[in-house]
Amino acid sequence: MKEYPSLPQENLKKIQRRIVFLLIVLGFGFGSILFRSWSLQITAGSFYHEQSENNRVREVFIQPRRGKVFDRNGNILINNVPGFTLYLIPEDVKSRDYVIHKISEVLGFTVEEIEKKVSQRQFSPYLPVKIKDGLTLREVALFEEDQLELAGLKIEVEYQRNYVYGKLAAHVLGYVSEINEKQMDSPDYENLPQGTLIGQYGIEKKYDQFIRGEPGEKGIEVDALGHEIKILNIKEPEGSKDLYLTIDLDTQKSAEEALGDEAGAVVAMDPGTGDILAMTSHPGFDPQNLSGRIRQNDWDTLIKDPFKPLNNRAIQGTYPPGSVFKVLLAITALEAHEIDPSKQIDCHGVFPFGKRVFRDWKKGGHGAVDLHRSIVESCDVYYYKLGDQLGVDLIAEQAHKFGLGRATGIDLPSEKEGIIPSSEWKLKTRRERWFPGETLSVSIGQGYVNFTPLQAAYMMTQVANGGYRYKPRLLRAVSGQETDQPIVFPPVLLDTHQISKRTLDVVREALRGVVQEPHGTAGTARSEYFETAGKTGTAQVIAAKAGAGGNLNSKMLPKFLQDHAWFVAFAPYQDPKIVVAVLVEHGGHGGSAAAPVAKKVLEAYLVKKPDRNPSGPSDRVTLDGRSQSRIPEGGED
Amino acid sequence: MFDRRLITKFDWKFLLIVFSILCVSVLSIYSVSAYKEQMKSMLYVKQIYWIMISMIVFFIAVVIDYHTISRYAYLVYAVVVILLLLVMFVGKVGLGAQRWLSFGFISFQPSEFSKLGILLVLAKYFSENAQGSGFRMTQLIFPVVLLGIPFFLVLKQPDLGTGLSMTFIFISMMFLVGLRSRSLVFIGLIFLMLLPFLWNFFWHHLKSYQKDRLLTFINPTVDPSGTGYHIIQSKIAIGSGGIFGNGLLGGTQSQLKFLPEGHTDFIFAVFAEEWGFIGIIVLLVLFGLLLLWGIDVAFKAKDSLGTFLAAGIVGMIGFNLIVNIGMTLGMMPVVGVPLPLMSYGGTAMVTTMAALGLLMNVKIRRFMLFY
Repeated sequence: MKEYPSLPQENLKKIQRRIVFLLIVLGFGFGSILFRSWSLQITAGSFYHEQSENNRVREVFIQPRRGKVFDRNGNILINNVPGFTLYLIPEDVKSRDYVIHKISEVLGFTVEEIEKKVSQRQFSPYLPVKIKDGLTLREVALFEEDQLELAGLKIEVEYQRNYVYGKLAAHVLGYVSEINEKQMDSPDYENLPQGTLIGQYGIEKKYDQFIRGEPGEKGIEVDALGHEIKILNIKEPEGSKDLYLTIDLDTQKSAEEALGDEAGAVVAMDPGTGDILAMTSHPGFDPQNLSGRIRQNDWDTLIKDPFKPLNNRAIQGTYPPGSVFKVLLAITALEAHEIDPSKQIDCHGVFPFGKRVFRDWKKGGHGAVDLHRSIVESCDVYYYKLGDQLGVDLIAEQAHKFGLGRATGIDLPSEKEGIIPSSEWKLKTRRERWFPGETLSVSIGQGYVNFTPLQAAYMMTQVANGGYRYKPRLLRAVSGQETDQPIVFPPVLLDTHQISKRTLDVVREALRGVVQEPHGTAGTARSEYFETAGKTGTAQVIAAKAGAGGNLNSKMLPKFLQDHAWFVAFAPYQDPKIVVAVLVEHGGHGGSAAAPVAKKVLEAYLVKKPDRNPSGPSDRVTLDGRSQSRIPEGGED
Repeated sequence: MFDRRLITKFDWKFLLIVFSILCVSVLSIYSVSAYKEQMKSMLYVKQIYWIMISMIVFFIAVVIDYHTISRYAYLVYAVVVILLLLVMFVGKVGLGAQRWLSFGFISFQPSEFSKLGILLVLAKYFSENAQGSGFRMTQLIFPVVLLGIPFFLVLKQPDLGTGLSMTFIFISMMFLVGLRSRSLVFIGLIFLMLLPFLWNFFWHHLKSYQKDRLLTFINPTVDPSGTGYHIIQSKIAIGSGGIFGNGLLGGTQSQLKFLPEGHTDFIFAVFAEEWGFIGIIVLLVLFGLLLLWGIDVAFKAKDSLGTFLAAGIVGMIGFNLIVNIGMTLGMMPVVGVPLPLMSYGGTAMVTTMAALGLLMNVKIRRFMLFY
């Protein structure tokens, strides 16, 4: 490298001496900074300190009003009502013990409960901690009268969740409560402030993101006592949407009434769309009591209740289907061309198999039985024979085509799958081979097989509509606050499995006989307004000692050991508009305990307000090749 | 090219000072971002990444002989001007000004780099043309043009702070090169005569918010929730710090986002609120040592190029420092000037560290007579 051209040394020195100018300028700058800092921090320090105390800016969240929830006809199910909410701002509290004591005294919380609440993770001590919503006027007054001593407590008017019909459809609607620590860490609930109400169950949980919206923020200037002085900036909450469910309020009401005090579940579906028209599970709970701040012991009572009121039996209760399963057996046999439906077998009430004897529910048997009678009178022997002939794997294959033993994909959290046993299933789960005797139990819906009332209804919708599998759904439409028109979702057709018209005709005719014929097991479901088709089931809670299907006299047993009663039906027979599945836990016989419940629900939907169908005829599927004539209202059949 | 003496002559004390200031920066940014909203973006972590990148740049700027760098000064200058032109056409708009160039994953502010460009090109020109007796008027035309092009480009963005910063680099070198007394008087007279016109021109080219800033600087209480808001809140934040400060994370004003831009232009207020007058003294001592060190480099440089480079760098850092702190203290109008080594922001960090690298470069090579 060549040397860089440089100045004579003397000139360089001259230049370097001028650096003093730079020093002077910098020195002057530093000097004034120091002087100014001194005057701000030392001379006027206390003035500015006071300013900062009295002149604070707070960012507070504005909770969006949660979206409302309507039934399919626009009847409101959940809305919001203004109420008082108590907040505590830790930074502003002057006398901590006094404040906590006061809260405890007025609201009945224990000191530990309040401490836990206040010490919960916070972004900043200046952010208000929600203590309780839904204060009564008296409670508000008690806090207000002591305002000066209670610096740091603040009462805000906020909207609170209101479940218009109380317990009605509680398991479907769910409830909301404050976001907990675990949920704050979940990506689904990112950046939600403490105290945010989020859906914890049912629709409220499933569609939380739709209903919740984005919290807004407000920058406010407050004085040292935390009183709002003025709003500096405001970002309104946005994005919460209203939901329109598929539920039909009147049908839902009738389902709840019809089930009464029995434990069990009712599911009503529209076979043409998969819409859930009603879904109830008993015992239930009042969402209002769970929403907002729930007291620990209230919660404990609820979850320790042996009847499990928080369990949605319609989608989480798995029960052996009993004779309801015979519908599937009949379809399997007919589709496999294994039987001639008119061929009769002799039923003497027993079916010897190997070293065991399988019994019919009817002592002495049904005599000569063809397929039609086997369904109408629910002959077990016929199905022992049929099941043995078909084998468990063929049955399982058909059951899977109907979507049984798998989650239906209904839009509710925590749906249970149930079990459709097969030889492969047994090998996998029990590490044992399948015994042919077990097929006989399965054939009458006992043994390993079990599924949910929803799945039972699901199966029947496919029988009713000719093999279309619509995804069961609860959400029909969503409205934005900014748009007037709700967005209606079309039904989701999952699959069409081809069941021959012949098979359907035979099975449906038999199902009609179950209700409409004199010897049918569900005469109690007969309506004077329309024809109903269905199948009863009686599911054993304990396996009878004499072998599956034995006839232990269940009336002698205590209630909790009695059989579960099933009835799954569709109506009107000619043009099915509704499918209803009823399960009564320990109800005894399907015909006596479950069928009358279904009848009430069917009548509620079909008779009292026949034109209740906002989705219109366009998205409906009717029976292939059948006339679409409607049943005259109130007419005789 | 690498010389053992680079290590033996390397001044580790200087690096210690720089590191101390960087630590203060990270702590202060952490403190601001401890508040909920910035938490997601983890600004202080990003700042640490930028510091690491800047360290690499720093060492590159130390290793390559400054004479070699100077030989490419006009090239660097040209690149900077092109980048500034690019900003005008494809730049990203942020906070009302078009300052950023974005390359997908990274975006930077060419106006920050333009300080380096002007520094290199002026140091080269002045050192090549300096005589002991000072500059003549005609000799100033070219450097003024060199300054003028990027100056007007950044002013257009608008980035008044960077424009003034460049001017101050120019002025600090002017101090050294000296003007003949006749020229000085002449310039002074012309300036005074042109002042009303200049002011008019200047004033009409300011954006309205810049005018507002100047006006509110004169009287901040005119619009306390608008433009004066920054100044008032900054003063409250600093003032409430008192002698000992409110402690780390204890600054109510900055924590509550009372202070907008707490992590960038008003980082000093955050620091002053939390560490008080004592903290300010410590910080000023650190910066003072840094600048004195730079002046020492300028004074002892082997050649005029080294002296001009060092003086320009001291001028640039000193100017940014005083103007930034001055504006947070309410002594100067709010112009967007970052606090060197402290404010959050990658481009400024890289620029400052590159400049400090150059300083070290000049210092180390003053002992090297032959190449």
